[in-house]
Amino acid sequence: MNIHGIRAIYGFEMARTRRTLLQSIVSPVISTSLYFVVFGAAIGSHMNGIDGVSYGAFIVPGLVMLSLLTQSISNASFGIYFPKFVGTIYEILSAPVSPFEIVAGYVGAAASKSIILGAIILVTARLFVTFGIAHPLWMVVFLVLTAVTFSLFGFIIGIWADNFEKLQLVPLLIVTPLTFLGGSFYSIHMLPPLWQKVTLFNPVVYLISGFRWSFYGVSDVSVGISLGMTLVFLAICLGLVWWIFRSGYRLKA
Amino acid sequence: MQPIISVQQLSKTYASGFQALKPIDLQIRKGEIFALLGPNGAGKTTLISIICGIVNPSAGSVLADGHDVVRDYRAARMKIGLVPQELTTDSFETVWNTVSFSRGLFGRSPNPAHIEKVLKDLSLWNKKDSRIITLSGGMKRRVMIAKALSHEPQILFLDEPTAGVDVELRRDMWEMVRGLRASGVTIILTTHYIDEAEQMADRIGVINKGELILVEDKAELMNKLGRKQLTLQLQDALPAIPAALDGYALELSDDGRQLVYSFDAQGEHTGIDVLLRRLAEAGIDFKDLKTSQSSLEDIFVDLVRERA
Repeated sequence: MNIHGIRAIYGFEMARTRRTLLQSIVSPVISTSLYFVVFGAAIGSHMNGIDGVSYGAFIVPGLVMLSLLTQSISNASFGIYFPKFVGTIYEILSAPVSPFEIVAGYVGAAASKSIILGAIILVTARLFVTFGIAHPLWMVVFLVLTAVTFSLFGFIIGIWADNFEKLQLVPLLIVTPLTFLGGSFYSIHMLPPLWQKVTLFNPVVYLISGFRWSFYGVSDVSVGISLGMTLVFLAICLGLVWWIFRSGYRLKA
Repeated sequence: MQPIISVQQLSKTYASGFQALKPIDLQIRKGEIFALLGPNGAGKTTLISIICGIVNPSAGSVLADGHDVVRDYRAARMKIGLVPQELTTDSFETVWNTVSFSRGLFGRSPNPAHIEKVLKDLSLWNKKDSRIITLSGGMKRRVMIAKALSHEPQILFLDEPTAGVDVELRRDMWEMVRGLRASGVTIILTTHYIDEAEQMADRIGVINKGELILVEDKAELMNKLGRKQLTLQLQDALPAIPAALDGYALELSDDGRQLVYSFDAQGEHTGIDVLLRRLAEAGIDFKDLKTSQSSLEDIFVDLVRERA
């Protein structure tokens, strides 16, 4: 195991975060704060609570997930896309690092960033609304699992993309809608019966539901299913990454 | 002696169907400077890229210091440093960080003293805290060499190291390469500048259209394929080569004022003495003479043209 190699990639990526601190950390915090001001404080104060949780508090887990998903994907996809774009990938490909070590470095860094970000958003949210965390350990499990899974997903997008448009395409056209429709701002029980069924095909529903359960002990779908679906998605991403390195897809001629 | 790099029946056909390398066999000796010459698109970079793990081979195998570069890639790659042709750097990193990164990536524990030495050897020490984006092209090239040397490789690949580099830096680089060889590093370089190969290399390989058409000691190559010429500037123009000089490989210029005699530099008798005597007998005076030897460049152009 090339520990120094993993550490080098991880350190390089974290240094990139520090260089772009404003973009990486500050801007998601500001946009999340805006959500709280608008949905939590302004609109939320005129709404009834959901499942006995005040609306402002109800949207906290969803908002953290929203940032976690989009940031994991964008961090990881950019992290591997950029070396391909400028050509510095030659060094990674010619180094004595295994696919596992490459992924551990890039995905580890992207996931770390997202987790730090999630924590910052939680602290920010606490300034606007009061909430407690019923199952802190499970909260961390869901946070870490989601960050790792979606960083892997971002890594795959970064490998697949051969131009900047593609890099933006999946997050913009698929992930953002799925997240908004996945129950960030509402309980799926508030939907008409047909849409309650349709929405179950949205994997983000399970993430948000499980995460919310760890806060308030209430969920749209059972927490076991949430966990299971998250693991399934993780397994799919791992399988794809394995295939990418095996075939050299978009990495090696 | 066991070769440090052993290429066996290595070939590459890209997905497009383009055959970049026909089956190639090549042995690189430990501690030598090997220059790979060839026109653009000949397959030089493909060959290097396969050895370094950037391109997958279609067939054949490569051993680097006894380790298969595919099956035993970790051990093989730890021995190899690569300076690619393109100037690709992490613009926003500092010189120190990017070189330290490379060392870690290649599995070595941090060693600031070694990094310091590499940067000093490459005249980069006073730029160590500069961001790469602020450096000139020549400096960036040095940074890439520093990265390749950061993990103390035994084999160094330099793909067109002096392309677009000014004269001074070129000299510096040659000196650095010689210094590395003196420390036991094997160096494989590709170049367009044939005088560079002539100056630096112990052995030369010529690759053309994916085929390794020749591998030879530089000195032997120059001897074997090099021809010498004696050029005489005549006092008075000659209408034709006199019959008395039949049997000599002579050429007369169009204006009749220059006579060129080609001879084999290796031959026992060059024939110059007799030729000059005959000229005197025939009453042909000359005002100047010079001899010249074909350069590696001439040899190279001949070789590649022959195969075209």
